[in-house]
Amino acid sequence: MAFYLALFLTGLANAAALFLVASGLSLIFGVTRIVNFAHGSLYMLGAFIGVTLMQVLPGAVGFWGAILLTGLAVGVIGALVEIVVLRRIYRAPELFQLVATFGVILVIQDLALMIWGAEDRLGPRAPGLRGVWRIFGEPVPKYDIVLIAITPVILLALWYLITRTRLGILVRAATQDREMVGALGVNQAWLFTGVFALGSALAGWGGALQLPKGGADLLMDFNIIGTVFVVVVIGGMGSLPGAFIAAVLISVLNAFGVAFLPQSTLVLMFVVMAAVLIVRPYGLLGREEVAGEHGQVGAPESPIRPYGPRGIVLTAFLLALLASLPGFAEPFVLTLVIDIVVFALFAASLHFILGTGGMVSFGHAAFFGGGAYAAALLVFHTDTPMELAFLFAPLAAGLLALAIGWFCIRLSGVYFAMLTLAFSQLVWSLAFQWRSLTRGDDGLINIWPADWLNGPLPYYYFTLILGVGGILTLRHIIHSPFGYALRAGRDSPRQAEAMGIDVKRVQLVAFALAGMMAGLAGGLFVFSKGSVFPTELEIAKSFDALIVVFLGGVKTLAGGVVGASFLTSVEHWLTRLEYWRLLLGLVIIAVVILMPEGIVGTLRRQALRLRRADEEAPR
Amino acid sequence: MTEILRAERLRKSYDGFLAVDGVSFSVRAGELKALIGPNGAGKSTCFNMLTGQLKPTAGEVYLRGTRITGKPPREIWRMGVGRTFQITGTYRSMSVIENVQMALISHHRRLFSFGLRAWKLYREEALEFLRTVSLEDQADRPCSVLAYGDLKRLELAIALCHRPRLLLMDEPTAGMAPSARIELMQLVADIVRDQGLSVLFTEHDMDVVFAHAHHIMVLNRGKLIADGTAEEVRSDPKVQEVYLGGGTLFKEAGRA
Amino acid sequence: MLEISEIHSFYGKAHILGGLSFSVARGEVVALLGRNGAGKSTTMKSVMQLLPPRSGSVTFEGHELVGLPAYRVAKAGIGYVPEDRRVFSDLTVLENLEVGRQPQREGAPHWTVEQLFELFPNLAERRHNRGKHMSGGEQQMLTIARTLMGNPALLLLDEPSEGIAPVIVEQMARSILRLKAEGLTVLISEQNLHFARAVADRAIILESGRKTFDGSFEALEKQPEIRDAYLSL
Repeated sequence: MAFYLALFLTGLANAAALFLVASGLSLIFGVTRIVNFAHGSLYMLGAFIGVTLMQVLPGAVGFWGAILLTGLAVGVIGALVEIVVLRRIYRAPELFQLVATFGVILVIQDLALMIWGAEDRLGPRAPGLRGVWRIFGEPVPKYDIVLIAITPVILLALWYLITRTRLGILVRAATQDREMVGALGVNQAWLFTGVFALGSALAGWGGALQLPKGGADLLMDFNIIGTVFVVVVIGGMGSLPGAFIAAVLISVLNAFGVAFLPQSTLVLMFVVMAAVLIVRPYGLLGREEVAGEHGQVGAPESPIRPYGPRGIVLTAFLLALLASLPGFAEPFVLTLVIDIVVFALFAASLHFILGTGGMVSFGHAAFFGGGAYAAALLVFHTDTPMELAFLFAPLAAGLLALAIGWFCIRLSGVYFAMLTLAFSQLVWSLAFQWRSLTRGDDGLINIWPADWLNGPLPYYYFTLILGVGGILTLRHIIHSPFGYALRAGRDSPRQAEAMGIDVKRVQLVAFALAGMMAGLAGGLFVFSKGSVFPTELEIAKSFDALIVVFLGGVKTLAGGVVGASFLTSVEHWLTRLEYWRLLLGLVIIAVVILMPEGIVGTLRRQALRLRRADEEAPR
Repeated sequence: MTEILRAERLRKSYDGFLAVDGVSFSVRAGELKALIGPNGAGKSTCFNMLTGQLKPTAGEVYLRGTRITGKPPREIWRMGVGRTFQITGTYRSMSVIENVQMALISHHRRLFSFGLRAWKLYREEALEFLRTVSLEDQADRPCSVLAYGDLKRLELAIALCHRPRLLLMDEPTAGMAPSARIELMQLVADIVRDQGLSVLFTEHDMDVVFAHAHHIMVLNRGKLIADGTAEEVRSDPKVQEVYLGGGTLFKEAGRA
Repeated sequence: MLEISEIHSFYGKAHILGGLSFSVARGEVVALLGRNGAGKSTTMKSVMQLLPPRSGSVTFEGHELVGLPAYRVAKAGIGYVPEDRRVFSDLTVLENLEVGRQPQREGAPHWTVEQLFELFPNLAERRHNRGKHMSGGEQQMLTIARTLMGNPALLLLDEPSEGIAPVIVEQMARSILRLKAEGLTVLISEQNLHFARAVADRAIILESGRKTFDGSFEALEKQPEIRDAYLSL
């Protein structure tokens, strides 16, 4: 019995950092409507800054002083991020901002690498709290007890701030209608900055407080963000008590998982999340998201049209160029083009649900990696012929998408996004932890195409035909009645339902279709590389696709293709440099700020303006 | 006249707040009936329960004798109930005619077709519906540039695509100029006469209501306080007290 | 007090106000009339800088407003009551009022919560109710009270009578007359001519973003063609 209690206490103590980060994320989202992906990075900064300060400041006062200062420092950094980057793009299309926050992640990663180096730092022990207390005979670290005592105090303080103070009232009012708050004489710019700083400070404190139990390393940012999303989804977006309960639930569960099922700790978390969401789709204490009330509405999309003669000629020319490429290009160009086509198909499949369907998925890598793994597992374990295994990639990914979609489709907006991310993390954790099947991060290797396709040239054409074919198929579907029904459900779900369209069913089918196409891309990928690793299922992979779609332009399928070519090429050149993430992050932020409609969207607008200027010119 | 829609003791509460409190009424075939009352009286909530957007807390809705309580909107639509919204819900990313084509695609059950080109489907038929509401000149304009009154008419065309027996219109003339209001309601009245369908509508403009409705119901704080002909409702002292008012202040000002 | 000259405002590509000019003097109640889409709400938003005009100028007591953020306009002494009310539905009546609270201002009536409850007795009964559990009329009173908490010198009232029971509209008219007696300057947009005539000193009629009439209600009576074309009676 005492052992269980000790496990429970360990879980409670671990909940402290998780709750701090999750409440900060929730707070920032509530007011600014920005899902701050960089929140994990702020947590990581908190850990590094904390370690540094603790080395400088001596004794118990120094330790706690360091923690306090760390939070303040991270708060200031958060405020800077808000002022320099986010403030410029609040009026940008919905969820466009998350691309910018991803740029911030990359920048912070490399800055941390520059300042603190690649080595992991071990956190110092808290002075005076090094030993253990015995509770019913079981040793419980003193520091854990302190954390357990601190967390409710922080919850209470935050709750008081939000419900009882003028600042809290303003924050809650701004959550509902920020423009109106401004019209009543409140400087919302500073309200936003303040909230962002507070949320960041909470993440920083989370990073610093966990130091004696862990440390600081460069993978902390992505490692925590998945868990934090799970906590926020379970607790209910925007609910502080919900975040607290969920953080405790997940941490306690984790503590027990480590003790009894060390192989499946990660999976366990997602199973709990799925169970909670079946019963309460908006989380334990969350409420239904009422989106779009006085939010900024992007410029309306213009009706889609089939390509005119010019478009057809241009596309045909490009395809002819690609087809004749092997005649004159160097082999490495062919490899690059294969990468681009694979990525473009992946991005186009995301665009299909995101642009056409209005469903922002944060976890699309699950289907890309899922397809790749499905084919690779067959080849690796059963020596299935490549042709058959290859077919299995889109099939398995489509089925996976059908299953995941069944859960996710019932939600919308940011809940949908977070849930897709959480599920993709589930798939990732399966690949990572189920070593007997997937070999974990050793990956599956020696997955080569059949003889008739082996070699750069046949595989180049194979990829070109299937990749381009996939993209054109998606384009065709967008123009079909089904594609129209999908858009109808995005433009006005209410009207669509009122004219007999089963919006959820249409969305589920679209989600499965997109999963299939992503799986096809994954299949092409695995046989071109000959191997697959869990990295293909990571958050970063999902984000790559998101970035590409947003950078290219959400409104057109061409956007995804152009974005993919852009990003693949840029990455190809930049990765030769040491601090390529920093540069890539800056490029992304610059594109977001300078081209709020994406590359294709902005080019189109320029072209339109030129044409109009032509027409208006006196003859 | 036969009864087409019947609501029985409809009730809806949100966290203890009674938005609609035991409302019963019926709509008969070929009738143009108005539901009036102040904002927040529960008119839209009432409408949303009839067409399935909201599930009632208690009570029943019958369509030609068949119980439809709590069915999803799309099924109620398939059973012949059309709907227009207070805030128009047209598809902003489509052209005017594509909006109508979309409704026809659903009407002809072609939603899950992947091979066809949507903009080629039912174009002639769609034009016919646009002609009914005099929007055929604007067929190929993007829906997002349409004037407000035109959007309302487009919504009407969309609602007619499934040849409904009953049409529910939530504030069909809100935000239109007086002359346009009369035009639109005349159009609706003509359609009611020609096609023999029934219309239930909510409205704030008392001129529109008293000029066109065969019967009028008054809703106040979630309760139905009157249900009768225009004359009956106008002279009902309770309706005057809680809704129409005596207009004394304005009369004085008018005289001054 | 308020001077609007030659403003052009756009909603996306749509040109809503095409060179609108008019002024409001201290202590005056001016009614902005016209049908929906004529540009009444856009005028209000353009003054408030929620929709900054692309060209032209808006001055308040001699200070240029164009280019300022909305909160500075509010701080300068202009209170804005939007047409769609926009109460903070999850906040209680008292919390809604707190959002609007601003320090006392010279040359403008000062309001306390108790005085506002006296002006709108319905709100006093519901002080702990959340905004979403109130009727349309009560919400309208709450938005006006919330704006008055900022102690404005000029009140912009966007369609206060829309969607409200005619009985409540009468009450609303009495409250506005009371505000006028307190020395507040009011610019009110309306579709209801009866209501406008009951509360306002002067009428301005808008059509397609242009001014087609500016004068007293008596003068308006003498131009029935304008009155009938653009207003509902």
